[in-house]
Amino acid sequence: MANILVYALQYEGAFNKNSLGAVSEAAKLAAELGGEAHAIVVGQGIGDDLAGALGNYGATKVLNVEGPEGLAQPVVDAMAAAIAAGDYGYAIFGGGLLGFEVGAGLAARLGAGVAMEITAVRAEAGKLVAERPILGDSAISQISFRSDLGIIISRLNAFEIKETGGTAAVESLSVEFSPFSGQATMVKRGEQRGADVDIEGADVLIAGGRGLGAEEGFELCEALATAFGGNSAVAATRAVVDAGWFPYAGQIGQTGKTVAPKLYLAAGISGAIQHKVGMQGAENIVAINKDANAPIFEFSDLGIVGDLNKIMPKLTEAVKAKKGA
Amino acid sequence: MKICVLVKEVPDAAVQKKIDPSTGRVDRSGEKNLNPYDTHAIEAAMQLKESGAMAVDEVVAVTMGPDSAERALHKAVSLGADRSIHLADDALAGSDVAATGYALSKVLEKEAPDLVLLGQQSDDGECYTIGAVVADHLEFPSLTQVIKIDVDGGTKLRAERQAEYGYDTVDINLPAVISVGDAINEPRYPSLKAIMGAKKKPLEKVTAGDAGIDTSKVGGDNSAAQWTGSSEPPKKEAGRIIEDEDTAETVEQIVAWLDERKLI
Repeated sequence: MANILVYALQYEGAFNKNSLGAVSEAAKLAAELGGEAHAIVVGQGIGDDLAGALGNYGATKVLNVEGPEGLAQPVVDAMAAAIAAGDYGYAIFGGGLLGFEVGAGLAARLGAGVAMEITAVRAEAGKLVAERPILGDSAISQISFRSDLGIIISRLNAFEIKETGGTAAVESLSVEFSPFSGQATMVKRGEQRGADVDIEGADVLIAGGRGLGAEEGFELCEALATAFGGNSAVAATRAVVDAGWFPYAGQIGQTGKTVAPKLYLAAGISGAIQHKVGMQGAENIVAINKDANAPIFEFSDLGIVGDLNKIMPKLTEAVKAKKGA
Repeated sequence: MKICVLVKEVPDAAVQKKIDPSTGRVDRSGEKNLNPYDTHAIEAAMQLKESGAMAVDEVVAVTMGPDSAERALHKAVSLGADRSIHLADDALAGSDVAATGYALSKVLEKEAPDLVLLGQQSDDGECYTIGAVVADHLEFPSLTQVIKIDVDGGTKLRAERQAEYGYDTVDINLPAVISVGDAINEPRYPSLKAIMGAKKKPLEKVTAGDAGIDTSKVGGDNSAAQWTGSSEPPKKEAGRIIEDEDTAETVEQIVAWLDERKLI
C-alpha cells in the first residue's frame, strides 16, 4: 500500500497549478515510502499527451478517465474504481473547492480518514503524517490515519511545483458512474462575471472587502490605487465578488487568484483563511478595519483600527502629495 | 416536500478558542451559539418554503452534539424551522468529519428529506466537507458553496456557485444535498414571539441506537483520522497596530511607514 494517487484538475487543456504541486509532493513522499505517485484525470476527451505531461511533475502513471468535468461525484466514482483496482495507501488533493468535495466524498465512500487544510506532510516510519494549522493558524495539529487509505486535502499553495523531466505511462480507465452522480449536470462552467482585471502582475494592490459597506466603497480603493500610480490595481474578497460589487477576475483567495505584491493594503477585510491563502505571500501587508479583533491584524505588518471612510480619502491625498513632492 | 437543515453549535466568535492539550480537539466549552453560516441555510429553506417555489411541508433542523447543542436548535426553530432533531450520544464524542457525516446521514435516512441544506462551513473547525460526506452516504447528488438556488418544476434545482474557474451553473435533481455560501441571502432576525415560541416546537432526542448508527464507526477512538500531537507554528513578529484617534496623525504615520519601506 505504498502508492499515492493524486487527482489532477484540468480546465481547457491546462492543469491547475495546485494539482501540479500535489503531484510533485506525492512524488517526493512516494519515494520516501518506497512507492510511486500516480495521477488521475477526469474529463471529456483529455488527450494522452496532456495527461502524460504530469510525468514531468513526478507521476509515473496517469489514469485517464472519460467523464463529466467540473463536478465532484464522478471523480469520487473514478478514484474509488482506481483505488479498488490498484495498490494505494494515500490520496492527495491540491486544495481548491473540487479537491475538498472529492476528498470528502471519497472518505465517505471508502471509510477512509480525511485530513484537510494541510500545509505539510512528512513520511514517518513508513506512514504519512499531515500537519494542519488550526485556530487561526495559532497551533499546528498532527494527523495520522488508522484506515487503509488516508486522504490528504492541502491548503491552497501548500505544495511546491517541481519539474523532473520525467515521463508517465497513460492508461485509460473505464468507470461505471454511480446513478446519483448523474443527477447533477453542468449547465455552464467557468462564467467570468464582470470586467477582466489584472491583479496578478501588480506591485501595489488595494483590496476591498465587505467592510466597504457597498459597491460604491470601491471608489475609495480605486482612488488610492490611482494615487499610488504605476503598477497598482484594485482587488477584492470572495464575499463582495459574490455580492456583485467587483469583477470575479479581481478576486483573491481559495477560488480566486493568488497574489504576491510588494504592498497589499486591505480595506474592510476580516482576513478569513480562504482569503489569507491567496495573499499571505505579499511582502508588506497593511490592513484598515474597524474591528480590532479582525483576524487580518494577526498577519498584518501594519494594522489600523479605524473607520476606512475617514482614513482612505485622507490617505489618498497624502500619497498623492508625497508622490508630487 | 421536506427540507432538513443541518446545524451546529460553535463557540461564540467573541470567545477566544483554544485547544484541549490532552485530546488535541477544539475545546468546545464556554459560550456557544448557532454557527452563523448555518443561519444562511435556514434562511434559504424558509425562502423556498415562503416563496412557494417548492411545496415545502416542513423544515426540520438536525444537529449532533452534546446537551448544550439544544440551544442551537432553539435558535434554528426561532428562525423558522418547524421542528428539530438532536442526535446526542456519548459514543459520538470526538468523531472526525467522516464519522460525523456518517452519523448524521443515518438520522437523515429515517427522515427521507427531499432536500438537505447546510452552511458552507462551520465557524470553529472550518470543515467545508460535511455536505459531501453526507451526500455520499445518502447517495444524493450534492454541491457546496451555492449562492443561488432556482427551483425548476418542483423536482429540479438550478444552482450557481463560484468554483476554480469562475461561476458554474449546475442542474440538480432532488433529492439532493446543498451547502450554501453566505452570499446566498441575508438571514432574518428572529422576532421576540418566535424566540418565545421556539421551546414549544417539537424537539426529538435521538441516540446512536435509535438512528441505527454502527458505534464501531464513530467517536474519537474509532475515527479514521487521528490527532497525534500538536506544535506551535514559527512565530511571526507581531505587526504594528495604530488605533485611529486623530486621522491626520494616523495618515502621517501610515505614509511614514510606507516611505521607510520605499513603497510610495
